Amino acid sequence: MASTTTLEPTKAAPGGRRAKARSPESAENRLGWKLAGPAVAVMLLVTAWPMLRALYLSTFSYRLTDPDNREFVGISNYGVVLSDSLWWRAVGVAVFIMVVTVAVELVIGFAFAMVMNNILVARGLVRASILVPYGIITVVSAYAWLYAFQPTTGFVNQWLHLDPGTNLFDDFWGSIFVICLAEIWKTTPFVSLLLLAGLSQVPNDAIEAATVDGATWTQRLTKVILPSMRAAIMVAVLFRALDAYRIFDSPFIMTGFANGTAPPSGLVYNAMIQRVELGLGSAMSVLLFLSVLIIAFGLMKLFRVDLSQVRGD
Amino acid sequence: MSPRRKSRVVWSLAAIAIGLIFAGAGLWLIDRPDLWLWLITGTVFVLTGAVGLAIGDNAPQISWASIVGAELIVLYTLTPVVYLVSLSLKGGNADVNQGGFLPHDPGFTNYETVFEFSLFQHALFNSFGISIISTSISVVLATFAAYAVARLRFRGKKLVLSVALAIAMFPVVALVGPLFDMWRAIGIYDTWIGLIIPYLSFTLPMSIWVLSAFFREIPWEMEQAAEVDGATAWQAFRKVIVPLAAPGVFTAAIITFFFAWNDFVFGISLSSTERSIPVPASLAFFTGASQFDQPIAAIAAASVVVTIPIFVIVLLFQRKIVSGLTSGAVKG
Repeated sequence: MASTTTLEPTKAAPGGRRAKARSPESAENRLGWKLAGPAVAVMLLVTAWPMLRALYLSTFSYRLTDPDNREFVGISNYGVVLSDSLWWRAVGVAVFIMVVTVAVELVIGFAFAMVMNNILVARGLVRASILVPYGIITVVSAYAWLYAFQPTTGFVNQWLHLDPGTNLFDDFWGSIFVICLAEIWKTTPFVSLLLLAGLSQVPNDAIEAATVDGATWTQRLTKVILPSMRAAIMVAVLFRALDAYRIFDSPFIMTGFANGTAPPSGLVYNAMIQRVELGLGSAMSVLLFLSVLIIAFGLMKLFRVDLSQVRGD
Repeated sequence: MSPRRKSRVVWSLAAIAIGLIFAGAGLWLIDRPDLWLWLITGTVFVLTGAVGLAIGDNAPQISWASIVGAELIVLYTLTPVVYLVSLSLKGGNADVNQGGFLPHDPGFTNYETVFEFSLFQHALFNSFGISIISTSISVVLATFAAYAVARLRFRGKKLVLSVALAIAMFPVVALVGPLFDMWRAIGIYDTWIGLIIPYLSFTLPMSIWVLSAFFREIPWEMEQAAEVDGATAWQAFRKVIVPLAAPGVFTAAIITFFFAWNDFVFGISLSSTERSIPVPASLAFFTGASQFDQPIAAIAAASVVVTIPIFVIVLLFQRKIVSGLTSGAVKG
């Protein structure tokens, strides 16, 4: 880097230095790309390139076990996926999990955030215990809930004195219930921390003024606290919704995607890795990516928010 | 009655009610030894309420609602974890098949089984190695990028942020197919590097956000002062910014380590043998001590083992993790 480089030419540079630099603008540009370039390259290496390859492969009928019969089929793979009720069922399952878990997490997460915001004793203990579900391996959490609900070896059925034959994992709704429970348990802490950050930005004078004016607790909550937390709530909803829609680990461990509990990511995995149908699987990958984009744009439109703004840029 | 005093009394009574419900439900429904858990939980809540009523107005600043809430939070977060520990201590099949929460015949046999299992030993080694290497590289790259984003004005800055945002939303599963295919073609399927590369890509966005939020808090003048004193931009970055940003870098490292340690999708798709299989993927391949044993208790023991590093990190660095997760997230 040339010694004439200035980071903020208008403020920092003494006159002489600035005159020598042919173009401080382009020097800053170069430094910017030198620093950010490697990160951008690595991020794109594992996403853009494979995604383009998936786009390409999706136009073939191609099984890895049968490479000689690879055949160009145009967009017919997409037609096959989109006309299959299995795909739409998977999308429905993922949307259901997304809506239920995000709604429940917002409510519990807000309660947790209120507690963490007001507590004066044992702050560290509460903070540490809330980080345990956040940090724990998703597969481990899935096993904990799977085993808790096992008919003979678990404890839930025994505690509730259920009929010994009762197995929640026998049907769709039971399986979905436990999957949602595990997901909610694991990710509510993340939501509550984001909401805590939002809560700490609610102006105290506004709450006090409302109290003095005789506002009830509910009025303070809905008229003062929640509106000033809008940004935090939106970030939490956006991140959690996309995460929940992409759910994979818990259903994989708990049901192996049986009983119709496969979300789109489960179908993609089965097609790509289990059946090595790269053509059809790639088409599903592209569709999964598109559906995530649609949800992301939908939520941003709904909230009328530019996420880069929320992030403080 | 003042609102604060009213809240203390109400929440103390609520705590006593919760405690009595726990104790009553336990006595009504639950057999020993699990009954003890219910009675202990009930006692803790009843005591909380009793203290709240007895303490009078001696501790006016303490919110009793948040103390009861904190107890409920701890109950919520630790129940599944305590269950895993207790399941892992169950001695033998008979104990596991008896069901229930606490072991009847506690012992460490499952831990012996787990540590004799060579796949698990390799998986632990792989996971530590892969997570530490990807964390180190990711944090260095993210530090450079975040510095550029937070401090410099350059064309394409928006692009850097959009790429990071897009990748944070990317469905990971959509990539494993093409990556599986490509990694086999270039010969890095089932190797450490084959997992490190995707971990880098998917941890960079979060690290860049956390770090650029930290960088924005650093006072501008220090850097200018260094430059006035004759430091180059590079020196200003290395000698002034890096020490100030160290706490942020550390936080980003912890979050990155959690991601790499947690990953399952890449683990089961891009590795197949003990050469590179990471811990979460290896759990799915567990077998019992003999083929007639269910691996339930063994998996529980292995789960406890792999949760210990998380536990240690959380206990040591909870404050940093919380500030990292929340900093820069919300500035609207």
